[in-house]
Amino acid sequence: MFYREAGQFKTTYAKDLQAFPLTQDKIGMYIWGIIALVVAVFAWNDWGILGMESGFAMKAIILPTLIFTITALGLNILVGFAGQISLGTGAFMGVGAYACLKLTTWFPDVSILIHFILSGFVAAIVGVFFGLPSLRIKGFYLVVATLGAQFFLEWAFGRVAWLYNYADSGAIEVPTRTLFGVPVTGASADVVAQYLVVLGFLAVMTWVASNIIRGHIGRSWMMIRDMDIAAELIGVRPMWAKLSAFAVSSFYCGVSGALMVFIWLGAAEVESFDINHSFLYLFMVIIGGLGSIIGSYMGAAFIWIFPIALKEIGKGFGFNATLMENISLVAIGVMIVIILIKEPHGLARLWQVSKQKLRLWPFPH
Amino acid sequence: MELLYSIFIGPFVEMWDLPDFFIQVLWEGFVSGVLYSLIALGFVLIFKASGVFNFAQGIMVVFAALSMVGMYELGVPGWLSVILALGIMYALAWSVERWVMRPLVGQEDIILFMATIGLTFMLIGGGQAIFGGEPKAMITSEIGLPSGDYVWEPGGGIVIFQKLDIAATVIAGLLIAGLAFFFSYTKIGRALRAVADDHQAAVSVGIGLNQIWVVVWFAAGIVALVTGIMWGAKSDVSFALQIVALKALPVLVLGGFTSIPGAIVGGLIIGIGEKLFEIYWGGLIGGGTESWFAFIIALVFLLFRPQGLFGDKIIERV
Repeated sequence: MFYREAGQFKTTYAKDLQAFPLTQDKIGMYIWGIIALVVAVFAWNDWGILGMESGFAMKAIILPTLIFTITALGLNILVGFAGQISLGTGAFMGVGAYACLKLTTWFPDVSILIHFILSGFVAAIVGVFFGLPSLRIKGFYLVVATLGAQFFLEWAFGRVAWLYNYADSGAIEVPTRTLFGVPVTGASADVVAQYLVVLGFLAVMTWVASNIIRGHIGRSWMMIRDMDIAAELIGVRPMWAKLSAFAVSSFYCGVSGALMVFIWLGAAEVESFDINHSFLYLFMVIIGGLGSIIGSYMGAAFIWIFPIALKEIGKGFGFNATLMENISLVAIGVMIVIILIKEPHGLARLWQVSKQKLRLWPFPH
Repeated sequence: MELLYSIFIGPFVEMWDLPDFFIQVLWEGFVSGVLYSLIALGFVLIFKASGVFNFAQGIMVVFAALSMVGMYELGVPGWLSVILALGIMYALAWSVERWVMRPLVGQEDIILFMATIGLTFMLIGGGQAIFGGEPKAMITSEIGLPSGDYVWEPGGGIVIFQKLDIAATVIAGLLIAGLAFFFSYTKIGRALRAVADDHQAAVSVGIGLNQIWVVVWFAAGIVALVTGIMWGAKSDVSFALQIVALKALPVLVLGGFTSIPGAIVGGLIIGIGEKLFEIYWGGLIGGGTESWFAFIIALVFLLFRPQGLFGDKIIERV
């Protein structure tokens, strides 16, 4: 009744092709924008968010969720849109983080935002290099190749002292960098500024991703995914399609890795980029929905918030934290299997179905 | 020049100068190669019969060994704990077939693969909740595995063979021979091969797909238990083994996903190769190369022969 296209006529091609053709969707996006700003205002004034202390809500939930959404977007481009499975996401994020550290050490006066973007490009180069085997192999064989990238890079992060500036701890120690005089990285960083930076990156990168996918490159990715030989026969160049998917995906992972370490963690060792994290990101994409942008949002939020929520609930019932952690592992495993059985297209598909239902409501026939 | 020498000549001079050490390294590599082969064998069994790439094989190894040690710690005698662990693996096989595989029949391979990653997480969480996350010592002597070593002294040198390693090799050999016999000469084995060849054709001649899958997953469970015992006896039984077990993947790439001899040969190549590389070349680049050597070798190999050493040629049609 309230959510349908009746009466909304498109009179130009530009209107017909816009990202949100429905007025209701546009209003929904504005509401999200307002919510994002309200969160910033709350954090600014140190008011609690949803019953949580605002600092905790920011540091433990909102920042990581936003950052991992960028990761999930990147991985979804590779796995969901281009059909190339990767288990090296964690390592590619690491490349971004270490690149950002080196860049900001060499050029401390250049804005950290530019370094975030540049470190994405470094990760893209490494990603393309490890994506080269995808030209010859696919499927499970590619999984092995990306695992090779994961383990090799993990080893390099731990062994090559130059990468972490010869710090005694063997970890990335994030220096303080300011933006318009407000510190955004390091120990004294302002959480609202950090939030706005991450939010800005997420918004811009979502916008870019959705446009790439709508366009020529995105279509060639999907053709490669659906059937690579047929795609080649009708003129898609597999090399360009696959390598560009690896490049764009690794760019997203690299930026999110740099954001993760510089803005969220503040210090990071090799463990922050290990294989278990790579699995986690893959789960975000699977649960959210392969080949869906909104799915990346849902998957990242779900996989990150669900174990925290479960832990808090367990605390309420007096279970110990380790047990709840294990239970949340089992629950995630069960949920993946259930989602694969019931709805292989993930949460995004459920969202679509419910939108369709809403369109017909209250007269389903 | 110095660098070139230390890469291309130095290591071989070293091998020639200390032949006993070289043999020792070869032997160590051989033993870990046997273990990689065993894990890879578990993968191949399931892949052949159901086309499922079972990512959970590594955690099945840990889970099997843990449930055995866990039983023993509860006061069950050693031999009985082995049998009970086998029973647990059967229960696992049955439940996987019933609740994961059966509802997913006919889905794309990638969906099935991801389902086994989900299964991995269930087993990690469940295993840690039941048995605790700390490493446990394997009960070697209680289940009749030998300890101590043989010393061989070729021309003044000294080479040590752990009795445990010898036992592991023999048992692995017996297991593989047993599986080969089972596959070739029994009725179920023939049914298994039929299913591996063509699911639909097998069903149409009256082979029960569900029952076959339980058998295959149970066989993989047995292999997992044996691997877990052997590996646990060499180090401890811990969840870290699950990451090491991922090395079975490059082994499979070398050997081909569908070939049992391939899994064995691939495992030995990887095992010996990574030991030699680590000992003689690893020092040049900081050591610890064992974590990635296998994968990089597999990667290079893939570029030249994508179907593996013994794998079936991949034919693609539109």
